[in-house]
Amino acid sequence: MSDPTSVGDTADELTFSLDGRSVVAHKGEKLIAAAERAGVFIPRFCYHPRMKPVGVCRMCLVEVDGPRGPSLMPSCFIDVQPDMVVVTESDTVKKAQDGVLEFLLINHPLDCPVCDKGGECPLQDQTLAYGPGESRFIEEKRHFEKPIPISELVMLDRERCIQCSRCTRFADEVAGEAQIDFVGRGPHIEVAPFPELPFTSYFSGNTVQICPVGALTATPYRFTARPWDLDQVESTCTTCSLGCRVAVQSSSNRLTRMLGIDADPVNQGWMCDKGRFAFEAVNDPGRLTRPLVRKNGGLVEVSWYEALEAAAAGLRKARTDHGPAGVGVIGGARLTNEAAYAWTKLAKGVIGTDSVDAQLGDGLPAELVVGLPRATIDEAVNADTVILLTGDVREEVPVLFLRLRAGVRYGSLNVVELSPGDTSMTGLAAASLRYAPGEADELVRILLDVKAPTPNGMHPDEFADARRLIGSPRVVVVLGRGSRSEDETIMAAAAQRIAAALPGATFLPVLPRGNVMGALDLGMAPGLLPGRVALDDGAEWFGRWWDQVPAGRGRTTMEQLADLASPEPSMGAVVLLGADPWADVPDRRLVERAFDSPVFVVAVGTQIDSTTERADVVLPAASVHERSGTTTNMEGRISRLGQKLVPPGQAWADWMIAAELAVHLGSDLALESVGAIWDEIERLTPLHSGITSAVLGQPGAADGVVAPLSAAKVSLFRRRGRQMDPVAIPGVESTNRQGLDFRAGWAEDPTSGWTGRPAVPVNPTEERPSMLRKIPAYVAPVIGRVDSYSHRLMATRCLYDNGAAMAKSPALDALVEPATLAVHPHDLDDLGLSAGDRVRVKTASTSMVMAVRPDPGLPTRVVALPMNVMLDGVPDGSRHDVADLIDVTVPVTVVRLETP
Amino acid sequence: MTTMAVPRIVSARVHHDDSHTLDRYLATRGYEGLKKALAMTPEAVAREVDEANLLGRGGAGFPAGRKWSMMRKNPTTYLVINGDESEPATFKDHLLVENDPHQIIEGAVIAAYALQVSQIFIYLRGEFALGLERLQSALNEAYAYGAVGHDIFSSGFSIDVVVHPGAGAYVCGEETALLESLEGKRGFPRIKPPNFPAAVGIYGEPTIVNNVETLSNVPWIILNGGAAFAALGEGSSTGTRLFALAGRVRNPGVYELEMVKNTFSDLINDPALGGGLFPGRELKAFIPGGVSAPWFFPEHLDLPLGQEQVDAAGSMLGSGSVVVMDDQTCVVRASWRITRFFHRESCGQCTPCREGSGWLEKILERIEIGQGRREDLDLLLDACDNISPGLTWPPQQTTICVLGPSIPSSITSAISRFRDDFLAHITLGRCPHV
Amino acid sequence: MSASSPVSLTRRSGAPASFTPTHLHPEVLDRARKLIALYPEPRSALIPLCHLAQGQDGWLTPEAMIDIAGLVGVTPSEVLGTASFYDMFHLEPVGKYVVSLCTNIACLLRGALELLEHAEDSLGVKSGGTTEDQLITLEEAECLAGCDRAPCVQVNSRYVEATTPETFDHLVADLRAGRRSAEIPAHGTLIRVQRTVGLAADRDEIARQRAAMAEAEARRAATDGTAS
Ligand SMILES: Cc1cc2nc3c(=O)[nH]c(=O)nc-3n(C[C@H](O)[C@H](O)[C@H](O)COP(=O)(O)O)c2cc1C
Ligand code: SF4
Ligand code: FES
Repeated sequence: MSDPTSVGDTADELTFSLDGRSVVAHKGEKLIAAAERAGVFIPRFCYHPRMKPVGVCRMCLVEVDGPRGPSLMPSCFIDVQPDMVVVTESDTVKKAQDGVLEFLLINHPLDCPVCDKGGECPLQDQTLAYGPGESRFIEEKRHFEKPIPISELVMLDRERCIQCSRCTRFADEVAGEAQIDFVGRGPHIEVAPFPELPFTSYFSGNTVQICPVGALTATPYRFTARPWDLDQVESTCTTCSLGCRVAVQSSSNRLTRMLGIDADPVNQGWMCDKGRFAFEAVNDPGRLTRPLVRKNGGLVEVSWYEALEAAAAGLRKARTDHGPAGVGVIGGARLTNEAAYAWTKLAKGVIGTDSVDAQLGDGLPAELVVGLPRATIDEAVNADTVILLTGDVREEVPVLFLRLRAGVRYGSLNVVELSPGDTSMTGLAAASLRYAPGEADELVRILLDVKAPTPNGMHPDEFADARRLIGSPRVVVVLGRGSRSEDETIMAAAAQRIAAALPGATFLPVLPRGNVMGALDLGMAPGLLPGRVALDDGAEWFGRWWDQVPAGRGRTTMEQLADLASPEPSMGAVVLLGADPWADVPDRRLVERAFDSPVFVVAVGTQIDSTTERADVVLPAASVHERSGTTTNMEGRISRLGQKLVPPGQAWADWMIAAELAVHLGSDLALESVGAIWDEIERLTPLHSGITSAVLGQPGAADGVVAPLSAAKVSLFRRRGRQMDPVAIPGVESTNRQGLDFRAGWAEDPTSGWTGRPAVPVNPTEERPSMLRKIPAYVAPVIGRVDSYSHRLMATRCLYDNGAAMAKSPALDALVEPATLAVHPHDLDDLGLSAGDRVRVKTASTSMVMAVRPDPGLPTRVVALPMNVMLDGVPDGSRHDVADLIDVTVPVTVVRLETP
Repeated sequence: MTTMAVPRIVSARVHHDDSHTLDRYLATRGYEGLKKALAMTPEAVAREVDEANLLGRGGAGFPAGRKWSMMRKNPTTYLVINGDESEPATFKDHLLVENDPHQIIEGAVIAAYALQVSQIFIYLRGEFALGLERLQSALNEAYAYGAVGHDIFSSGFSIDVVVHPGAGAYVCGEETALLESLEGKRGFPRIKPPNFPAAVGIYGEPTIVNNVETLSNVPWIILNGGAAFAALGEGSSTGTRLFALAGRVRNPGVYELEMVKNTFSDLINDPALGGGLFPGRELKAFIPGGVSAPWFFPEHLDLPLGQEQVDAAGSMLGSGSVVVMDDQTCVVRASWRITRFFHRESCGQCTPCREGSGWLEKILERIEIGQGRREDLDLLLDACDNISPGLTWPPQQTTICVLGPSIPSSITSAISRFRDDFLAHITLGRCPHV
Repeated sequence: MSASSPVSLTRRSGAPASFTPTHLHPEVLDRARKLIALYPEPRSALIPLCHLAQGQDGWLTPEAMIDIAGLVGVTPSEVLGTASFYDMFHLEPVGKYVVSLCTNIACLLRGALELLEHAEDSLGVKSGGTTEDQLITLEEAECLAGCDRAPCVQVNSRYVEATTPETFDHLVADLRAGRRSAEIPAHGTLIRVQRTVGLAADRDEIARQRAAMAEAEARRAATDGTAS
């Protein structure tokens, strides 16, 4: 999988002759790619730069001189050789390519006017460019039943298929799930899933994107637009914290489609289906468009002025009654970096509270996350060993799964997985060790203690392999939460233990929600200030620029909720900042108790949900694609968000809400625009120092820039504005892309000599506070006795949940399957249960009835449920999920199963 | 005619009823070649085969000894025997598989010893149910006899042989498609270069692929010496060869003849062989080496049955099958039927082969049933040219394997020689033969 | 992990291991596993396993393909994708006897199309169809490598003598009357002779022997060299 747009080291360079010119290429480069870099575009259909070449469509034939004279060779398949003589424009080549095109068209329906691909179809384009005016084919064409669904999201029109095998190869080679394949032989070949087993891959949308004709189309896009009506900006997907670079397309202020951009260090052209199709939520008619204030029990539409006055009054009262710490802010991971900074400045610098938390109790301690040495995705993929100490990456950050899988399958990466159950990575892992929920730190301790024997029940070879592999020189830990029903300090302690034992190891955090890393980096957590700075370390510095800095450490989301739920709360107001605790906080009963208190609630959001139901003031915010700014992904990569739409009604960008609210609170954030905010961030924080708007606009920064900038020459993108796969995103030009216009970048090599630092630092860095180095020590709580009649509860996350992104996207909503309790088959046998039976699940304080299913991937005496997915088989039909069972006051939630 | 004067090499036993049994095999010098080979060094065995200049009998006619010497050095290597025999009108391997399976096993084990491979696979066409059973029985016997398996004849040499059934796909005879099929996949030929099996074969390991008949010669070569084999025939076409004769002749069948010493006329007309055409019929054309080969006509009858001679005359001996067409044969129908075969058997990877074969077939069918147009002839030739540029022989190709460029052979042969027959269909509006 | 932990950590994962075939009969499964063991890679046994399954059911059922997928470690879709490439696998039910009639060039030249026409008329089905009694499926085949007995006919891959309309009718009568069942098993049964010998010779062992032999050879060459 070579990168066709760059020449790597000069050491492996070679020269060959292309149409009489001498061209430099590197060893192992495909001829088609080397030619493309030299400005000669060879037509192609089956070739995709991110997959192994197969050379089947025969469109890319060129003449190559051999011992027996020139012969036609597939340029996508052969490597350039030194002194190779290649001719791409001879009559022979023309005739061969025209011949292939004519052959492709004889059975093609030529229904371009009604085809989604019409207008951006390489087959159509090449026919117009080179094809014969009139068809010589007078026979009957091949017929198939017109489009058939092969999944909930993808339709297949077999008459249009040109058998290039891009989709089937993607499913097998990239996604690792060959759920579709060629069926039949020769002229009868068609793409098909196995009967009754639908194409359920989380990555099915990619097959639509890479189909060179209109054979595969996406249900949400079908017939919604024509390519020539589309506008496109480049942006970053914020569905999860991986941050895939995407092209966002719209047609008259309505989003129509998202396409993956080939960002080499991030998503390499791919996306998951949730990221690709969840945009429909933006078009949802239930969007909040006007500010609301609760009057006489009901929410009433009011002016922004009135709403902001009401909000300010409530917050002021809470501060008066309880001091600055009487105000809390929950949420912020939905925000742009700029909005996150504005809200931090408002909360910490104006109101003076440190009780700000972008996480909802389902992540990791913020100081740990920002304090641990960070790895990039590329570093993880190219490491010797990745230790997975997290949930299932395919469920939580799907494209990271693709990257890690490629590292294992096509690179030399070894994966050591430590998890409470089987995941999508288990089959790829060199060693996969199980721990009982609550005992991750204990497993890590034993693993790192060379004298400790293999734990009971574990395979000694596998354990030994794991121990050997974690001792490799380059180790990256992918760190997240294996289960949300155990205390977060358990994972924190485990991570700290690894960091202490393996000083060279770096960490890649997997936290839920799009810009959670940006929010934490900009201080949206207790004890932190913008730029990964500890409150104490930065108090003096930020005190110089802000009205004030909080006096002491504030409360996390869970601490705020616990306080509110206590008999005598010491808080009077909470801002729910694009966060829905009812949906996401692991302990629902705690949330309910907390908001049963008389606390004053301001909800800033985009949709009507549980938060608006409880809020005293509702402030409508702009949603993704309706605002500009930047976002930060899991590796710290800062990339731009493209604004494609105008927010509906009177919705405002979040930063603007903060700025206006500050005015109503009698202060002034002095933040006038997104650009101005970024400048302030860049000038003030040690993390963002040097990453000026100009730097982000460099052609080298089209895929974003990882913060902090290192003094070393940064690895820059090599796309230079061209699409890696011109067959995938052929037509629409971006009106707004990160990095300069590609034509400007084309003339010179943007990578040469640029170290990522502007020549003159805007602000000397020495003055800034240093970034967090020391993190507090975490001690895993002791787990109480678990008797042999009990099961430990594991709360996983799955991609298709009942969250707003899915619920408001009609195409995706149908994909959510109700949750059933996963139990090891042996335990089911012991209980005398079989699949589909119902069971009463009891905790110390509650009990619920639900359906069970066997899962041999779990340890015995461990049961699992996904977060935020409604339960199947609950008798009264009420909507319950695992959060109704979890009790955060104990380290691990333990349940008993009884037949109801 | 020198037919009977020379030894029968591969078909010596086939006329016995029990020729497939170990008893008969042992009674007719069976496994003596193997015993002799195991007493030699592997290199010496390979040298004999090289000296014999044993040309591959599967179609391409590449010398086996040379191919063996090209195997990449590697700890794990494989030998695969190609018994897929599906080229239309080829049925010589069929005879050997059903009637002399031990000879195949012996030849294969000798080759495996010479090549020092790790395992042998015999890929047999799936429709050979009897052949599969006979070969499996023979293999069971050979294991019991000690000719296969651990420590063969106490020589210290061990090898395992697996009989692998195909499942009905002509293209799997193409060696790289065969390897894909043997890996449990669709029979999609691989692109050569770089995937020459001797370098990158099954499971990515070096693999030698030889035809059933090719290896059936090996026991005789070891027993009698490569020189004795090379003394038969002439020039590079050494030894004897099985010819499968079919079509409009009196005695279709498989005949073993010394290379070069006989002509096509001998094969077709000799009373002991083809026995001539049916009474009153005249030869119109014949295919010299399977349907992939360009056709020959009466003036080629006196051409010797030798590889170089046939190549020089613009066709190939290919799989050694000769199909005779007489004056009653409708050549339009014949080339339509052959083209339909390629269309049905195209693996479907390459656009020109997959789509081109279908288009050509439809046009030919239209002409055959009387709905042709004059311009169809040029269209046929131009579409052929797009599959095999220049319509040269040996062919150029726009495809991965040579199935594609085989498609034009029958069409260009028929049109160039019998254009009037095509025009007659077009003007009459029907086939003149029905 | 801690001694008191009631949780069993034994990992019962790994896709093929946790896979339980549900459709193939025990004796078929047993043969299937033995076949898989013959090859360096399990997937190589895919086609032989499809033959086995077709022998069990008379055609290649989706249930069987799911089992085969689990046994050789691929997806059901890949089994279907592969099996459907090959003409011998029937993905829909067929008659007990599949009569294949070659119409390729050598047989065409000797009356194959006429025989096919007769077969279609007398059986009352078109090529590809199955008789109403579900006994016979008629198929037009490509060359069956039996060109000396043209037109060549096979029943369930067994060659039969049926070159004329009369002999063809005779064959059909025999099949209907069950007179050929010893010679021609029901559709799907391909190889009735089983491998009697154990599994493959150990490839590592063979590799070791090869290496030893090469070494001996090298020594011999060296001594020869010094001798001369
Ligand atoms: C389409 C096609 C079909 C072929 N079919 C066969 C076949 O059925 N049997 C065979 O031995 N070789 C066949 N060959 C030739 C093989 O690719 C290969 O050259 C041969 O097996 C090598 O063995 P040999 O060197 O002993 O002849 C075929 C080639 C092509 C292109
Ligand atoms: S030429 Fe035909 S048979 Fe050969 S690989 Fe291409 S499509 Fe397949
Ligand atoms: S054959 Fe090269 S792009 Fe398809």
